[in-house]
Amino acid sequence: MMAAGRERLAARLNACSAKGRLALVVYITCGYPSPEATVQVCRALAAVGVDAIELGVPFSDPLADGPTIQRSSALALRHGVTVRTCLEMARQVRAEVGPEVGVLFMSYWNPLFQYGFERFLQDAAASGADGFILPDMPLEELCALVPLAEAEGLAIVPLLAPNTPLERARLVRHMAPPFVYVTTRLGVTGARADLPQALRQVLAMLRPVVEAPLAVGFGISRREHVRALWGYADAAVVGSALLDRLGSGGDPAEAAAAFCRELLDGCTKA
Amino acid sequence: MSIRETSRVRPSLFGAAGWPYPDEHGRYGPYGGRYVPEALYPALVELEEAFSEAVEDPAFRQELQALLETYAGRPTPIYRTQRLSSSGAQLWLKREDLLHTGAHKINNALGQGLLAKRMGKKRLVAETGAGQHGVATATVAALLGMECVVYMGSVDMRRQEPNVRRMRLLGAEVRPVETGSATLKEAVSEAIRDWLSNLGSTHYLLGSALGPHPYPWIVREFQAVIGREARAQFLQRVGALPTAVVACVGGGSNAIGLFHAFLSDAVELVGVEAGGRGVKTGKHAARFSDPERGRVGVLHGCYSYVLQDQDGQIMNTHSVSAGLDYPAVGPEHAYLREIGRAQYTYVTDEEAIAALKELARLEGIICALESAHAVAAALRLAASMGRDEHVLVGLSGRGDKDLETLSAAAEGQ
Ligand SMILES: Cc1ncc(COP(=O)(O)O)c(C=O)c1O
Repeated sequence: MMAAGRERLAARLNACSAKGRLALVVYITCGYPSPEATVQVCRALAAVGVDAIELGVPFSDPLADGPTIQRSSALALRHGVTVRTCLEMARQVRAEVGPEVGVLFMSYWNPLFQYGFERFLQDAAASGADGFILPDMPLEELCALVPLAEAEGLAIVPLLAPNTPLERARLVRHMAPPFVYVTTRLGVTGARADLPQALRQVLAMLRPVVEAPLAVGFGISRREHVRALWGYADAAVVGSALLDRLGSGGDPAEAAAAFCRELLDGCTKA
Repeated sequence: MSIRETSRVRPSLFGAAGWPYPDEHGRYGPYGGRYVPEALYPALVELEEAFSEAVEDPAFRQELQALLETYAGRPTPIYRTQRLSSSGAQLWLKREDLLHTGAHKINNALGQGLLAKRMGKKRLVAETGAGQHGVATATVAALLGMECVVYMGSVDMRRQEPNVRRMRLLGAEVRPVETGSATLKEAVSEAIRDWLSNLGSTHYLLGSALGPHPYPWIVREFQAVIGREARAQFLQRVGALPTAVVACVGGGSNAIGLFHAFLSDAVELVGVEAGGRGVKTGKHAARFSDPERGRVGVLHGCYSYVLQDQDGQIMNTHSVSAGLDYPAVGPEHAYLREIGRAQYTYVTDEEAIAALKELARLEGIICALESAHAVAAALRLAASMGRDEHVLVGLSGRGDKDLETLSAAAEGQ
């Protein structure tokens, strides 16, 4: 009954493309703006039709992140959020969102390494998560983690950048990922006004090489950005722009739902 | 200890010939590596290739050598103390404090600055703790006509204020970093984020033997001039090698630079970390001496010993010396310690201040608080040795920047 994480994520993305729309993947930091908010926010996200949720494990030194995620991580840590807390949140999130919404962990390496990576994989699988993203783990080393991930039925979602040489991008095939996360730009996470000019070209070159659906993120913050990915990508990933709304003082679940409705509108062809 | 020969020994500028680390994965045994966001990976490969080529290019070596001599003031002397350590072993100081800009940091800044120019970069970014590396980078940027941005924790900007003024006078922009502990760790993170966002135009001029491969290797190669000079000077002056070589270890650049020439000699290598208010208090930067908090992990792209809590969150450190106030140690030191080739000890704030004052009063040399850690440890070591033995200390920098901190410490007492 329990489909492996990779199958489940792939099925969800396939269903989106069958319906003729982009999938919407969102990132939130576990425990932001408060530990209680996380499960409520995820319930709201699933209710409006978000396809997959990345649960961010907070880290004290998030190298690839801009001010929004630096702040959300620092606040979550002040609330006492740990890897263990995140696993428990994932369990509750899975119970709330049902079997069809993707649930992934996103974490820098050190917290998982200290927790014990194999133990983390076991506990993540038991919590009902589908897979994980490790933004500071190079592709070569991710390849070495494939047997461990497979043993727990978890998907590895690798990250590629616009400057990744195509030869190197080919490495992701070893992971047979349900999708690949392509960053829009060289830089850190954070909401931006525009998408880079060269993005479409980058996506067109990567597509035949990676042989997996492409999810695009970093700086995507408006319906128009999502719409601009039409025909080039399979999914949009939104993080900082959502966190900015979660932290703006109102009810986080309502703010999340309102914003994602707008983004989902961009996922469907106008 | 014998040094293993492998088929793939990296080209070397000043380093020990035949030492096979870093290996082709950028590792020193298990330590090191490249734990970085994907966009940095190709940039690190490009840097590694550019450096490998530069090292083999006689024109590059000549240009660097000329600047080290005519601009930075190399070679620096070794000096035998006259009144300090009057019993016990004889103490020798490798006087990096006499270099232009006042610390060993200029060796690496000149090397990487020339490398950046060769790579066609127009802009240098750097992190700085004590401000010495920031000043060295600002200096090199001025010399080579490059734009320069230095990230510095706001706490460090206050305690090393003269260096902030020097950097600005040299035409650099100093950007305060307010996050976390607002010291060196956060400055490194911000410098990496800047680099990541400006890869085409910018070289990240990292100031210590830490971070992702190839940085620990590059920095070691540019600092290895310290040990190579000192070893030859020692043989010439004393006709023998020292019993021990002692250096302070922040990220580990002056120490690795001094140690490398002695790796295959029968010479004790001693690295000195910042003991802060004492290892038991948790307010320190002694990664190797606190088994509870100092454990293997990853910070700033590098697998090494890192001060962290049970959940893998990086801890805020404390040291009276801003240059040693960093929670991770360079990967090669972790490896030298593991194979037993070097030993690591620590010196507290109080002991370092006392050593600084003693050196000033007895020898007329005001050294940096960082270097004072090495002096204190060397005095301890020398006391247990005979008069016919010699201890060589890396005097990594001068103390002008620390006058404010010293008066504050005096008032606090
Ligand atoms: C004078 C001096 N010595 C030592 C250090 C420590 O750095 P490292 O361990 O890389 O030599 C610094 C760093 O700022 C410094 O300014």
